[in-house]
Amino acid sequence: MVRLQLRNDVSPALNFALPLAAVAFTLVLCSSLIRIAGASVVDAYGVMLSAAFGDTYAITETLVRATPMIFTGLAVAVAFRAKFWNIGAEGQLLSGAVLSCMVGAIDMPGGIAIALMFVAGFAGGAVTALIPAVLRLKFKVDDVVSSLLLNSVVLYGVMALIEGPWKDSLSGYPISPPIQDSANFPVFIEGTRLHLGVLAAFLAAPVVWFVIARTVLGFKIRATGENPEASRFGGIDTRRVIFTTALLSGGLAGLAGVCQVGGVHYQVMAEISPGYGYSGIVIAMLARLNPLGVVPAAIFLSAVMVGADAMSRATGVPAFIGQVVQGVALISMLVALLFTQYRVQFRKVAA
Amino acid sequence: MATPLVEMVGITKRFGPLLANDHVNLSIRPGEIVGLLGENGAGKTTLMNILFGTYAADEGTIRVEGKAVRIHNSAEALAAGIGMVHQHFLLAPRLTVMENLLVGMPRQGLALDVAGARRKLDDIAREFGLKLDPEQRVSSLAVGEQQRLEIIKALFRGARVLILDEPTAVLAPPDVEGLFTALRAIAARSLGIVFISHKLNEVRALTSRCVILRHGRVSGEIADPRSASTRDIAELMCGHEIKPTIRPPVIKGAELLSFSHVSTASHPGTALKDVSLAVRGGEILGLAGVSGNGQKALADVVSGMLRPVSGTVSIDGQEVHDFTPAEVQRLGLGRVPEDRLASGLVSSMTLAESMALPRIAEAPFSHRDLLSRRGIADFAQKQIREFDIRCSGPNARTGTLSGGNLQKALLARELAFDPKAVIVAQPTRGLDIAATRFVHEKFLALRAAGRAVLVISEDLDELMALSDRIAVIYEGRIVGVLVAEEATVSRIGLLMSGAFEKAA
Repeated sequence: MVRLQLRNDVSPALNFALPLAAVAFTLVLCSSLIRIAGASVVDAYGVMLSAAFGDTYAITETLVRATPMIFTGLAVAVAFRAKFWNIGAEGQLLSGAVLSCMVGAIDMPGGIAIALMFVAGFAGGAVTALIPAVLRLKFKVDDVVSSLLLNSVVLYGVMALIEGPWKDSLSGYPISPPIQDSANFPVFIEGTRLHLGVLAAFLAAPVVWFVIARTVLGFKIRATGENPEASRFGGIDTRRVIFTTALLSGGLAGLAGVCQVGGVHYQVMAEISPGYGYSGIVIAMLARLNPLGVVPAAIFLSAVMVGADAMSRATGVPAFIGQVVQGVALISMLVALLFTQYRVQFRKVAA
Repeated sequence: MATPLVEMVGITKRFGPLLANDHVNLSIRPGEIVGLLGENGAGKTTLMNILFGTYAADEGTIRVEGKAVRIHNSAEALAAGIGMVHQHFLLAPRLTVMENLLVGMPRQGLALDVAGARRKLDDIAREFGLKLDPEQRVSSLAVGEQQRLEIIKALFRGARVLILDEPTAVLAPPDVEGLFTALRAIAARSLGIVFISHKLNEVRALTSRCVILRHGRVSGEIADPRSASTRDIAELMCGHEIKPTIRPPVIKGAELLSFSHVSTASHPGTALKDVSLAVRGGEILGLAGVSGNGQKALADVVSGMLRPVSGTVSIDGQEVHDFTPAEVQRLGLGRVPEDRLASGLVSSMTLAESMALPRIAEAPFSHRDLLSRRGIADFAQKQIREFDIRCSGPNARTGTLSGGNLQKALLARELAFDPKAVIVAQPTRGLDIAATRFVHEKFLALRAAGRAVLVISEDLDELMALSDRIAVIYEGRIVGVLVAEEATVSRIGLLMSGAFEKAA
């Protein structure tokens, strides 16, 4: 018989090992899919690995792709810490992209434009995230549902924008007007897309970690998430904390959109996010809601995405394997989290 | 002698380092009401949870009618003829009495045997005098009736041994008599009953034999509880003679905590109705009452969790305006909530963080919005030492502490800031004797220092031992305030039961 027993304490080693175990389990499970698709597992993973990390360019591409996911991962991690279930990073990303694109299209000195794009993108995401937060605080609407459904609202709003008023009158493509050249993010290595936003993402993670771990606001966010009742009793205005958390979380997701506009696409188009907002959930869970863990988790998923395309070309295994890896990783991590709460005991049933 | 219905032999159960049951033997014979006595934390509930299959014993065997059985869950317990009425009822409030009885019953095909169930319910009503309207919704039943339903439920499923975990804790005195009558009727039909309690008079009035647990071990068995002296039983329970608390008189100071005509809205729970009450410096005021008579509303109002609809509350002479935790704290109120882990501390945070929680935005815990990790840890370290909180240190996860240490941590967190008045709810619930004594000593020290202490407790003995005055709350009203000298259990009990209304 198997019994689950509540754990008293979680060792730091276990905290570290769990995401790795989840990832390992995911890769093992997906290797059987690769076998079924008729390719050699070693070859497939080899191609993936070299496509993601094989040379300087590959590494920069992996990092560029990881950048929006670092932001959405941070967004989700912050929100989940307060138990504000923000599933809406995707929509917040798009809002941020739209607003930063509008700002970036205005003719002004490059430095100022880029700074304002960050501000506008943060604001766009923040305001979008406020909707489910306010609905929850005012009307007790479930934030999972409202933030999730809002993604479609924003997505189709953006589609309406790029198919309608923004549509390129010359080519007829559903894309927004581009931002000013001067607003294009500077690139660190010539011939790559390693842009300013990548640096911003790598800086954002420790900043968010500091806010959560070392500031009064972060303390209130953690306390509210862990025990809202005791937090209220202790004088924390938990409604305000949820409100602030939503602003912060949505803003971070908005920054993901800013990086896509300013560093990758230079305009808004439908392909601006292949679900980076949803990946943020997987990443935040893999990172166990630790902002510093978000960076490696995002790089892992980015590598899977970059690698899956290459693997698909080289071995004929469908690139959808990348999506499968994401999904399985999330489920494995959720199962793994069970083990941080419970100890599994095997015992014989007496005959 | 008849074969025991149930025999527990050498039952041992550990929770980590805590030995909750240590080779406990207990048998229940047909027609017997066995009292299971012991202080909070003596292992009574654990033992019964093992019998009911909620926990698995580490060692020992259970025999039902002479046959060794293994009980892994409540369904198996019921199948073996063991039923349990928990302290907290397990009923679906929106369903009717009948529907609650049918939940989880085996059925034939898709149909529920309602007619058969109704017959059975009538039988139970006739045999044991346990009547309930099958069509009534559980949410509209009084507490005593809900308890009756729990008992009926157990009998309905064929229980031959009935375990009742502190069944009188939720009842007003008149209901207790009704319960006892029903239990005697059940025992008269050769069923066995285990009656868990820590109230000596009840055990004496009801049981035919009683077993006393102390620190997880059987410390004694009394064959005829009716003739045993309170002192003997108490000594078996506590291991020492109970001495009355000797207190030097303290000169009463100003009113440090006062309510004037305070009423609250009825949601949630019982509302306060025109409550006026004052606690002076150097005074411990006990608030007695059957659970659910407005104690929570009163505690919430003072704690800044609930805004009254009318009336005023003053702390140290200053009127409370905002009714926020931050405000009452600023005015000099220390608060220890009833539910230590649900509303006091945060089990998944460190002890140091939990202790800093209510004042996190102030020195020494933070400086300009940045946490001072040193300040948080030093405070916890100092209080751990001063209050002798047993834990692995300031970084221990709060949830790993025992109830007594959690309570010490809560007191340590509040008393460090020298409050003018302190409100504590159920201060020693679930605590062992040493921790209880520690908590009581802290209250007496506050009293000696000229502070006001308001103790809300369901434990009359505790209130009698501590209080200078005892106020009784009934249906949201203060129905009487007795000074210690004139307070007797029977007078308070009468007030608690609302009997004064009939007298008037």
